[in-house]
Amino acid sequence: MASNYSNMTFSGYRRENGRVGVRNLVVILPVDDISNAACEAVANNIKGTLALPHAYGRLQFGEDLDLHFRTMIGTGSNPNVAAVVVIGIEPGWTRKIVDGIALTGKPVTGFSIEQNGDLKTIMEASKVAKEYVHFASELQREECSISELWISTKCGESDTTTGLGSCPTVGNMYDKLLPEGIYGCFGETSEITGAEHICKTRAINEEVGDRWYAMWKAYQDDVIFAHQTDDLSDSQPTKGNIEGGLTTIEEKALGNLEKIGRTSQYIDILGPAEEPKSGKGLYFMDSSSAAAECVTLMAAGGYVVHTFPTGQGNVIGNPIVPVIKITANPRTVRTMGEHVDVDVSGILRREMTIDEAGDALIEMIIRTSNGRATAAEALGHREFSMTKLYRSA
Amino acid sequence: MGAPHLLVHDHADNVGVVVVEGLSAGTTMLCVVTHDNSSFELVSKADVPIGHKIALKDIASGDTAIKYGEDIGKFVADVEKGAHVHTHNLKTKRW
Repeated sequence: MASNYSNMTFSGYRRENGRVGVRNLVVILPVDDISNAACEAVANNIKGTLALPHAYGRLQFGEDLDLHFRTMIGTGSNPNVAAVVVIGIEPGWTRKIVDGIALTGKPVTGFSIEQNGDLKTIMEASKVAKEYVHFASELQREECSISELWISTKCGESDTTTGLGSCPTVGNMYDKLLPEGIYGCFGETSEITGAEHICKTRAINEEVGDRWYAMWKAYQDDVIFAHQTDDLSDSQPTKGNIEGGLTTIEEKALGNLEKIGRTSQYIDILGPAEEPKSGKGLYFMDSSSAAAECVTLMAAGGYVVHTFPTGQGNVIGNPIVPVIKITANPRTVRTMGEHVDVDVSGILRREMTIDEAGDALIEMIIRTSNGRATAAEALGHREFSMTKLYRSA
Repeated sequence: MGAPHLLVHDHADNVGVVVVEGLSAGTTMLCVVTHDNSSFELVSKADVPIGHKIALKDIASGDTAIKYGEDIGKFVADVEKGAHVHTHNLKTKRW
């Protein structure tokens, strides 16, 4: 028998590789920090384009450089992006990113600054960017099954209400939509500490659970215990978490894990910014719990909508992915309601069930996918934060 | 039944979460266990902000705090039933 959710549709942009996006951006992507100025100049010249300035891309090596390329290529490849202009200081690494994005079949062109200078590069890149705006602006949305959505999640500025309300709301959404064939993603490696024994058992099988545990343990040993401070310097939980009533990492982790619901199981583990390759289902991405870093990594992995439970009111957005904010905290609704897309504070008053809250979130996911601007989009939040693994050469 | 003052995840828990603003000491709180919607009453011993925890029973220093039916850390002070539970009397076991 068909569920209540299997017939749901949204209007999206079908890309050359068959994936569906919910936004239609022309991105001007810097390979490195010193190409930010040229990218921002192109975006200023050509209306309807978006530059993504960032801090890195020079003298990185090994796994850290691999992550840089994966994040750049993944960001350009995201189905919310229609076309990409790439600008780097030199042609070699620029070409590598252009070739990676070109595998999607979408329009992409690279420019490099050395032996041209900023001004000539900006002029040539602006001409191509203008053509891409004409191209993208004529693309039409088409009706798509809800099963074609890739929906990620990560919570932020959590408090005790996230574990009671907004995280179970996301979990309920996953319990309903994963069986319909969506791709899901959760992560935040350090923030499972205290609930790792439960998370391990939520894998599809023992082999995946063992790999998840080994990944979690490696982060504990290599990063946490290598740099350990008392209470992790009020970073896990954060000052905001503590203000909101969360006392320990164990308490925070148990609330965090509510985001995968009651029945959902993860089928594989992704490295940071890695694209899922094991088919439809839920994935765990090895990632930081810092909101902007985590959402940037999941967007680079190919996720097109992000669901973000918050307690105390994290204001984060992302330049290429709509970030839907859900809160159950009535004080946050009262004091900073302009950041809230889905108010589930009725759960705390026992006026709203988790099942009803999950349905309200699904409705907002459909509306957002159809084009509704999220609170973060309307307020101009475009946090694009690269994850860096170690110091550059 | 009116709106609760305190929510408790699981019957095994020894702490609950204040879910109203401006809770003052001496309030007879309506407490609901979300697991099965059962309820009980408890008197608060302090003014406790929304989102913060209250002890559901008398607890000795060294005892384990239970929430979601799971271990969330160790008490580092004796705590009276109805008192505020936070960083001054509860500590992680992890770092």
